[in-house]
Amino acid sequence: MEEDRTMAEVEDILAQFGSDRTRLMDIVMAVQHRLGHVSDASVGLLAKGLGIEPVEIEDMVSFYSFFDRVPRGRFRIRLAKTAISHIKGAQAVAEAFEHELGIAMGETTADGEFTLEWTSDIGMADQEPSALVNGVVLTALTPSDVAHIVAALRQSGHEGGLPQYPPHRTQGAALPKASVQPGLVKAGPLLSALPAPGAVIGAALAMTPDAVIAQITASKLRGRGGAGFPTGMKWRLTRKSKGKQHYVVCNADEGEPGTFKDRVLLSEFPDLVFDGMTVAAFALGSSQGLLYLRGEYAYLWDHLQGVLDARRKSGLLGKAVGGRRGFDFDIRIQLGAGAYMCGEESSLLESLEGKRGAPRDRPPFPTEHGYLGQPTAIDNVETFVCAARIMERGAAWFAGMGTALSTGTKLMSVAGDCTYPGVYEVPFGITVNALLDLVGGSDAEFVQISGPSGQSVSPRDFGRQIAFEDLSTGGSTMVFGRQRDVLGIILQFADFFVDESCGWCAPCRIGTTQLSLAMAKVVAGRATRADLTAMEALSHTVMRMSRCGLGQMAPNPILSSMKSFPEAFEARLRPEAFVPRVTLEQALQDAVVVQGRQPVMEASA
Amino acid sequence: MTAKAIQFTVDGIAVAATAGQSLIEACDDAGIYIPRLCHHPDLTPSGNCRVCTCTVNGRQSAACVTPAAHGMVVENDTPRLTDDRRTIIEMLFVEGIHPCPYCVASGDCELQALGYRLGMTAPTEAYLWPRRKLDATHPDITLDHDRCILCSRCIRASRMEDGKTVFGFEGRGIAMRLNVDAQGGLGETQMAAIDKAASVCPVACIVIKRDSYRVPNGERRFDKAPIGSDIEARRRPSGSGGHRS
Repeated sequence: MEEDRTMAEVEDILAQFGSDRTRLMDIVMAVQHRLGHVSDASVGLLAKGLGIEPVEIEDMVSFYSFFDRVPRGRFRIRLAKTAISHIKGAQAVAEAFEHELGIAMGETTADGEFTLEWTSDIGMADQEPSALVNGVVLTALTPSDVAHIVAALRQSGHEGGLPQYPPHRTQGAALPKASVQPGLVKAGPLLSALPAPGAVIGAALAMTPDAVIAQITASKLRGRGGAGFPTGMKWRLTRKSKGKQHYVVCNADEGEPGTFKDRVLLSEFPDLVFDGMTVAAFALGSSQGLLYLRGEYAYLWDHLQGVLDARRKSGLLGKAVGGRRGFDFDIRIQLGAGAYMCGEESSLLESLEGKRGAPRDRPPFPTEHGYLGQPTAIDNVETFVCAARIMERGAAWFAGMGTALSTGTKLMSVAGDCTYPGVYEVPFGITVNALLDLVGGSDAEFVQISGPSGQSVSPRDFGRQIAFEDLSTGGSTMVFGRQRDVLGIILQFADFFVDESCGWCAPCRIGTTQLSLAMAKVVAGRATRADLTAMEALSHTVMRMSRCGLGQMAPNPILSSMKSFPEAFEARLRPEAFVPRVTLEQALQDAVVVQGRQPVMEASA
Repeated sequence: MTAKAIQFTVDGIAVAATAGQSLIEACDDAGIYIPRLCHHPDLTPSGNCRVCTCTVNGRQSAACVTPAAHGMVVENDTPRLTDDRRTIIEMLFVEGIHPCPYCVASGDCELQALGYRLGMTAPTEAYLWPRRKLDATHPDITLDHDRCILCSRCIRASRMEDGKTVFGFEGRGIAMRLNVDAQGGLGETQMAAIDKAASVCPVACIVIKRDSYRVPNGERRFDKAPIGSDIEARRRPSGSGGHRS
């Protein structure tokens, strides 16, 4: 009986997580994994088991792209829909899948085997077109791969087939194109001459916690996610805050389209990431760390758990870390479920607590009131790697690189119209031109720095520097050649924010949709000068009134491209004072269907 | 120390607050109206609508979730903030379906009243024409989702005041909707017409049946005086500061 099975599975899952409401992400993920979707019956059982109302479970479940309330295909094929995947041929791959499966994007086959859909960037910009099949990543797809992939999936039976998301064992090896290429092209001082196991923690334990924070402060390290908050100050504020427990959280929800540096760090340098988190734990007096791993990177789960296990065995995690009595610290990995919003630190905390990923109002800041209301330091993956190297090599070594206000090096994820896409470690202060020379992108006509929420840069600004004081960036660098349609790419960015706005606040929820519609009118060649003025004014309102960084930055591509590429906008403007949003034919189409005839047009005089 | 130890200014007017008060609460007490939509004096603030956003020490901040702090400099009544607030109201109008001329809430609707107060004529943004289901399953209450502005007042009131958790959100982004705690609609929940959640809706999403025209059009709250007038009436007409026009 289906009902009995649902009840048995849900009870088992609740028992596994001790009916802890704050673990709702894991609980729902397990339900999705074992039962294929989160049915009304599951919601009811979960609510009862957790002592909350069903509406609260639905609130959370419906927020995340990777949770389903209704059954979908056993195989979920999610193609990355990004500006980069588009120029690398994702549309042709999508059409090949549609043809092979006999369904359109967004649909499920009648036999319930396949669901085909678009998803936001999955962190594979250097090897697009890419796709997720359940938890497995496929890269460098071509239309001719599609028949083989579908055939391989059809052959995998229900027992030996791919388990539902997320994967907890190696899987998918038999699928064509199921491999992720390493991605690191140029290592600099941060990622070369790596420390011996335990060296970083040994260096930290040789100091007092206050001295560790002093070292980080002296290095002038700033947050690598893009915001650039001084890490030393964040750690000092967190240490100072009183609480029952202090938490160290690593933000590995790398969702900004075009970025994949954290994927590279977690794949190839996980020990440096965990070293950095452990150093922070020592400095803050924390015994619990959490790494929030984006759902798209579920394929790294086994690998990362293996690294954590090895560290526990060698005394670098667990009781008496590094042999220091009283310093107990361990790390739990929390998997996300498809929500860009959760990369924003307060949304990430909400998600960690098993809620919808809506941002919090600040103050209070996470340094006082973070995970479970306790003092929490949240830092980017790369920031922890920097902190680890600073412990071992010293603050002066780090501060000696980069610029006065942006010390150290930066990992840049570069993709698009360039010969050598990948991750580059470069000193802060490097110009866009110098970076383009490195990646084989000297013909670029348009570079998007720091993803859709960043800046659109034209050749006349290629002399500007990558630095917090000039072009501030989390690392995403999208390179476009002269053959590309700038405005079409900007519209793609605008649509991204429509998909990813959390919906909590009105200016972002509605504003992102309105900006997309306004930009679509420009791209369609129907916008007037008055439309541009209105779009600019609306952009500023959305920036000023939105609750969090997503809405405050969502208009960036429109505003910065209007400044950088005015000629592209001019070329599509209509001279009239007013052009309606829709054509007469569009306005009448419903009536035409109802009446079964075309309207009779009045002959003009 | 006096009870009102916190002193700050709003558009140059001195305001006193007690510790723990938010900016909007302190201003309400002082008779300074900050336009707002999702905020309700009896409910924990949630910061959904952002209409009460002010410039606080040069930074944008929603007054309902900003703690009053000593010495802060607040701008509230400026042309730019009025424009931004009006734009949000316009966006809410086009997101849902708000037919004021034949709406049961006309004259008593905070969205409509803010449109008037902030100088909205007709929305300039694109109408989104949502297709949401009307929920008439409850014997005493109609839930017209097309008119919901996702302010979360009913969610908060049901949870905190009524102790019921009848409402929640569902979905995200532009697809976000108000959801009720039963598959069969509001009629299957514990909702009662006397609940706080039934009386806090600022628009005509939650409507008590058979009660709509007890007060006729033309004699309702905002037919008589603009929204915010009750708060502004608290301000003593003293010589200090000068009244805003």
